[in-house]
Amino acid sequence: MVQVRCHYLVLPEENGSMELTDRTRSEAPQPSRRWVNLLLGSGVLASIATFLYPAIRYIIPPPVAESTSRSVVAARTNELKNNTGKVFKFGSKPALLVRTAAGDFKAFSAVCTHLDCTVQYREDLRQIWCACHNGLYDLAGRNLSGPPPRPLEVFAVHVQGEEIVVTRNA
Amino acid sequence: MAALFRQILKWLDERFGAGAVQAFLRHKTVPVHRHEVWYFFGGMTLFLFVVQVLTGILLLLYYRPTPNDAFESVQYIVTQVRFGWLIRSVHSWSANLMIFTAFVHMFSVYFMKAYRKPRELTWISGMLLFFILLGFGFSGYLLPWNTLAFFATKVGTEMAGSVPVLGKWLLAFLRGGEEVTGATLTRFFGFHVAVLPGLITSLLAVHLFLVQQLGMSVPPSVERAINEGRAPARSMPFFPNFLLRDMIGWYAALGVLGALAAIFPWELGTKADAFAAAPAGIRPEWYFLFTFQTLKYLPAKILFLEGEFAGILGFSLAAAIWVAIPFIDYKAGFGRLTRVFTGLGVFILGYIALLSALALR
Repeated sequence: MVQVRCHYLVLPEENGSMELTDRTRSEAPQPSRRWVNLLLGSGVLASIATFLYPAIRYIIPPPVAESTSRSVVAARTNELKNNTGKVFKFGSKPALLVRTAAGDFKAFSAVCTHLDCTVQYREDLRQIWCACHNGLYDLAGRNLSGPPPRPLEVFAVHVQGEEIVVTRNA
Repeated sequence: MAALFRQILKWLDERFGAGAVQAFLRHKTVPVHRHEVWYFFGGMTLFLFVVQVLTGILLLLYYRPTPNDAFESVQYIVTQVRFGWLIRSVHSWSANLMIFTAFVHMFSVYFMKAYRKPRELTWISGMLLFFILLGFGFSGYLLPWNTLAFFATKVGTEMAGSVPVLGKWLLAFLRGGEEVTGATLTRFFGFHVAVLPGLITSLLAVHLFLVQQLGMSVPPSVERAINEGRAPARSMPFFPNFLLRDMIGWYAALGVLGALAAIFPWELGTKADAFAAAPAGIRPEWYFLFTFQTLKYLPAKILFLEGEFAGILGFSLAAAIWVAIPFIDYKAGFGRLTRVFTGLGVFILGYIALLSALALR
């Protein structure tokens, strides 16, 4: 037992530095020693990979089933007066229904193309406005001023009896 | 690569002061003798604690601490999230193994009388760490909001309520009301992920500082042999020699954890229902079994005390004596060993083992 352990039992004070002996040995590796190091090293790396892989996969959230419905009842016809707007839920995202001053219905994605804020209808401007960074869109969804880079997605609107049905284009 | 590494080391060295880090690392040596295997259990407990922190943080990404969502969110973790079953099982298994290695560490320190002067504070900080671990176990047990956890928490907190004068207040503090409800879950979640981690981090720092400062204790029998010249005083540097040995143990522990999680995935059970009867065979986690079994044997009234309270009083007294052992067995510090304390340790170990076995029967 004692003899087996002798090689590391040298006290640091007795021989100056423990590391000295280790370093001289590692600077000129024997071929067989190099193989052992390589095998040990790749084993450790492979282990680390097997520990990290599940953790990384775990962090990525599982996909949420997107609502597949392409159309939704956004409002009832008597709900909106002329020159008003309403944000409604379309799948998992907000959408905007606008009744223009002329009484037409228009629908858009309410997600600002700039940084994902939810836009609103401004009755005073008769335009679509994003409060976050003062972005403006016209009633065709086109980005007029401010930071938004693209127009809003436009949805089709059908009035079926009392219901206003908004449909996403295929 | 090696040159770059050396350059980085040199850069750091110029900023930290010449070899300060190296001196710090070299300071600690580990005695080498026939009882040295017990030195591994402290580091193993620390390693499992790190596993708990990491897997705990991962669980926090999906867990929701409300009575309506808690059970479902854990269900979601183990069924929908990739490797969620693994993370959750490793967290549960590692928690239990950690309490076990802490037990081993505590008793090995006790029997090797490592608490004797000048290491009294190391023992006390270690005991406080152990109580915090039990707190982690107790609070974490409720979080999946399943039937077993619900009733274990009801019983556990009710016991606190039997303390005279303070009981009512203590019960309300733990439960966040009179009953175990969503308020209890919110509290336990807060204890588990904020209060206890804060406490344990600072106490752990004290504990590790003391170990680093005072060095490792040598058991009295080995110390005597060295003093009498019958054995050489041998040691190895902690860094890197002992640490590398530690790491082999940790590597094996990870393997064991992975295997346990895969072969015996931790059960989720059924969702807690406050208006359902307690299921048969209900019992607390294994490390609370001996207290649970003791309380079962106590009569309703002991002298003028309520049985429940007498039991809790007894355990509290025993715990207080256990924490104060370095001061009660102060003679060990002068090399005078009383067999009474070794006998006491054997008795306690036997008591815990016997009562736990009876509870499992």
